[in-house]
Amino acid sequence: MKTFLILGAGTGGTMVANKMAQHLDPREWRIIIVDRDENHYYQPGFLFIPFGIYSTADVIKPKRNFLPPQVEVIFSDIELIEPDENRVRLVKGERVIHYDYLVIATGAHLKPEETPGLVDGGWYKNIFDFYTLEGASALSRAFKFWKGGRMVVNVVEMPIKCPVAPLEFLFLADWFFHERGIRDKVDITFATPLPGAFTKPRASSILGNILAEKNIHLEPEFNIMEVDNDKQVIRSYDEREIEYDLLVTIPTNMGADVIGRSGMGDELQFVPVNKHTLQSNQWENVWVIGDASNAPASKAGSVAHFMLDVLVENILRHMEGLEPQPKFDGHANCFIESGFEKGILIDFNYEVEPLPGKFPLPGFGPFSLLKESAVNHWGKMMFRWIYWNMLLKGEEMPFESQMTMAGKWA
Amino acid sequence: MTTREIAGKTVEVNEEGFMTDPSQWDKEIAVELAKEEGIPELTPAHWKIIEFCRQSAAKTGAAPTLRNITIGAGVSTKELFALFPKGPAKKVARISGLGKPEGCV
Ligand SMILES: Cc1cc2nc3c(=O)[nH]c(=O)nc-3n(C[C@H](O)[C@H](O)[C@H](O)COP(=O)(O)OP(=O)(O)OC[C@H]3O[C@@H](n4cnc5c(N)ncnc54)[C@H](O)[C@@H]3O)c2cc1C
Repeated sequence: MKTFLILGAGTGGTMVANKMAQHLDPREWRIIIVDRDENHYYQPGFLFIPFGIYSTADVIKPKRNFLPPQVEVIFSDIELIEPDENRVRLVKGERVIHYDYLVIATGAHLKPEETPGLVDGGWYKNIFDFYTLEGASALSRAFKFWKGGRMVVNVVEMPIKCPVAPLEFLFLADWFFHERGIRDKVDITFATPLPGAFTKPRASSILGNILAEKNIHLEPEFNIMEVDNDKQVIRSYDEREIEYDLLVTIPTNMGADVIGRSGMGDELQFVPVNKHTLQSNQWENVWVIGDASNAPASKAGSVAHFMLDVLVENILRHMEGLEPQPKFDGHANCFIESGFEKGILIDFNYEVEPLPGKFPLPGFGPFSLLKESAVNHWGKMMFRWIYWNMLLKGEEMPFESQMTMAGKWA
Repeated sequence: MTTREIAGKTVEVNEEGFMTDPSQWDKEIAVELAKEEGIPELTPAHWKIIEFCRQSAAKTGAAPTLRNITIGAGVSTKELFALFPKGPAKKVARISGLGKPEGCV
């Protein structure tokens, strides 16, 4: 019996388990997936929790429901990966698993303790994150009674998962304070290490204009050094200070600690891979999907989905002794919720930045690219249904893994 | 892709002004690019970082990120910002004739 081991049963790991269960002969292979948490979290939904649009119940479901019966599911912390020995050590029962193939899907995690002062004073009092369920829920309680003041949204450093989520948070906050009739009492600032609103030039200028229209102040190239809890300011390495009454932080994102402990990661604990084949640079039977890799693509669920077909095909090829194919092009596709029941859609890859135009989606579309529309908002809201019912199961989706230029204005 | 002249040499650059062929780079080009980035003079402290970035990129094929630099070249983030204000990883990559660091997606 050969062992196909998957570490992490989040978005990427769950999809891989479903796909491999269809491909591998159960008389020859056993598929094992390990995760510490019995719950699956719909992370894109965290964004809506502070504004009371989603509740906790909307974003949590049992992991087991999304995994096929023939897959052995182990709920345990992963202690150590020993890739030279093809071996993984678990915490629970000190179990040791020997594998033939390993897929790493342990994701990206928040490290607020990387920034001096962030967790020492106002944490979850007047400093919040919304990238965790605890943070988003705490912020929703704080928003309920907030009377206004200076709200600062700060991205600590790149890369972060879902790089558009901070912008969506700002757009929704603008809408939320309008609805509550206190928008004129709230001063909103976005402090980012990037030179503009977003990473890619065309999208950055269009999204930057939307920030300005909504009267959200942009503080670019702000690299936070520390939080001064006494003075209620955040201070950058070049000694700029921004005062806050409420600080919403997107802390440093890093790969799982087990990657660091096992000596398999880069300086942010992301696993180095070939960015087109998704195979580890060091161990040929180790493959990486989703946020855990160092591929310079967006860290997003949609990207993990676009990685899936390439990864599975390449693993199956490898099992047959064939070379992996360099087919992953960095394709990302994100709905950006822009408030007032509108949304924006962007579609891009390693080479092509987000462009305006139309995104043809048979049966659903077309969605407007890089432009606000009500249809894009419904696309975003529909994404939750698609996520739970189609994406996690690795089912065929109405879009291709590789990006298309059809409908884009180059 | 376009070409431009820096310090009397013709080199290839991308839309954002990053050189695309690190082998076309030399120290005179670095001095000129530094001026464009608002650094009038390159001190030994600057050169130490530039050398580190060149070596790192030769090994990995990509410009180092901010964390690569602070860990690898043994400078504090604060010092790095003093030497290359605002976006040090990006600035030093451009001055060193390397592509844009891939950390920002
Ligand atoms: C606020 C927010 C908004 C987002 N919005 C969007 C969006 O609109 N669209 C989009 O496409 N994406 C969005 N994303 C990103 C998306 O959720 C992630 O990119 C996606 O979930 C990544 O999947 P993954 O499998 O790589 O990691 P994850 O789904 O995070 O799974 C990692 C798993 O590994 C497990 N694990 C890690 N270490 C260990 C260990 N030592 N032992 C045992 N188990 C371990 C964890 O428990 C977890 O279950 C958003 C994310 C956030 C936070």
